[in-house]
Amino acid sequence: MTAAAKLLDDPANAVTDALRGLAAVHPELSVDLEHHVVARGDERRPGKVGLVSGGGSGHEPLHAGFVGLGMLDAAACGAVFTSPVPDQVLAATRAASSGAGVVHVVKNYTGDVLNFQMAAELADDEGIEVETVLVDDDVAVTDSLYTAGRRGTGGTLFVEKVLGAAAEKGLPLAEVAALGRDVVSRSRSFGVALSPCTTPGSDQPGFDLPPGEMELGIGIHGEPGRRRVPVPATGVAREVARTSVAAIDEDLPLAHQDLLLLVNGMGGTPLLELQVLAADVVDELSARGARVARALVGNHVTSLEMAGAMVSVCTTTPELLELWDAPVRTPALRWGA
Amino acid sequence: MGRVNLDAPTALAWLRAFAGLVDERAGELTDLDRPIGDSDHGVNLQRGMHAVVAAFDQETPETAGAVLTRAGSTLVSTVGGASGPLFGTLLRRAGKALDGGDLASALRAGLDGVVKLGGAQVGDATLVDALTPAVEALEAGRSLSEAAEAAARGAASTEPLVARKGRASYLGERGVGHRDPGAESVALLFTALAGAGA
Repeated sequence: MTAAAKLLDDPANAVTDALRGLAAVHPELSVDLEHHVVARGDERRPGKVGLVSGGGSGHEPLHAGFVGLGMLDAAACGAVFTSPVPDQVLAATRAASSGAGVVHVVKNYTGDVLNFQMAAELADDEGIEVETVLVDDDVAVTDSLYTAGRRGTGGTLFVEKVLGAAAEKGLPLAEVAALGRDVVSRSRSFGVALSPCTTPGSDQPGFDLPPGEMELGIGIHGEPGRRRVPVPATGVAREVARTSVAAIDEDLPLAHQDLLLLVNGMGGTPLLELQVLAADVVDELSARGARVARALVGNHVTSLEMAGAMVSVCTTTPELLELWDAPVRTPALRWGA
Repeated sequence: MGRVNLDAPTALAWLRAFAGLVDERAGELTDLDRPIGDSDHGVNLQRGMHAVVAAFDQETPETAGAVLTRAGSTLVSTVGGASGPLFGTLLRRAGKALDGGDLASALRAGLDGVVKLGGAQVGDATLVDALTPAVEALEAGRSLSEAAEAAARGAASTEPLVARKGRASYLGERGVGHRDPGAESVALLFTALAGAGA
């Protein structure tokens, strides 16, 4: 099977070239093309906790698109679907540090965990105190002591936005990290793929998905899901909404909760379809007695051109909502600033 | 056959041979990764081993221990994912333990480092399943080719297992029937060692 053409100059340089583009259109960002680190270009504020995230590329706008006022101070961009190496994470940590410590927001994938852990040790050697917030929001995989645990997926956006606001407010390192762990404990996600994606330079998609079938419980790296089911003849969005919300509700009862909602496209699904899904998801949530306090619909945590969507929720409090509403000015998310 | 000591020229020949095998088999390793992971294991390891060879071309480490340590550090700095830290730690720890000691105890130190970092045990369907029997073979005084055979059998043994660590673990039962690409790479590492013939 031949993969569709990709709009690239050289597949081997896809990440560098994409970062050149980001630098070209966002002069307010500082882009380190050697380490593939994107950082805020403005003056670091002494006493402000630094916020660093990162991971494999191919999930744009995550994470580089969320660098800016009120969100990340720096992002380390690995090769496509491959976590950055410790040198890259260390470079991002240095760029984000202003002496008050740095929080690493890490998605729970073995590679991300190991490379960030090594980088945290290197940063500690340089006198930069690092706290790690591990995001593991994906209810599609089971968590136990004997597995790699749940994946970090769409909930990462909630963590990065809320912690960005908290750091901007001047909260100390330990409090920002504790808040991050609280947001993770309140966040759940479930994803569905309608078609797989193909990494640049590869001639085959990450998994085969015949027309007429969909993958339930996908991750964000083009890896297959837990289960495959036929696509229903009608009501596909309703079925995806029902399955996703049911899986989340089973894990974190949603009745009487005020929610942050993310109806997230995986990169290859048009906004029209995501809005259809959003309508169905809000219906499903209402039927279960949950209220949507704030919602985002769009491509935020993607897997290249994978078609499909992920539903992420975070239960809120008035304090969390205030942090969510705080000003943010990044390439991909901006309000109030 | 007694315990094996490794000198610097053999260590260099070993890792250059491993780089050659990874080049040859990169596509195959990536194919193993496709059904259970994100289809990049071969490409990533190839990038790392190219960097290792380039580092050796630039400056030849003087001791076998320094050869392994240098290779390990280079892998950590270039591969990313889980393979960079795990293969990097294996070679770095082995290199640090090597000088003054024999290959078996050095590789045991490497294995301990990998287990400490990744938390996997034999039976979790990871590279540990290939590495453990190979190290045990060397510790028992078996030959390098017997260690390579043990690693290959260990890699094959991951096929019927439900992975409990790494990305394949997210598939649960669906991962059964697939060989772990990291274990297969460890088998190649020992094939290269047997070929370099310490």
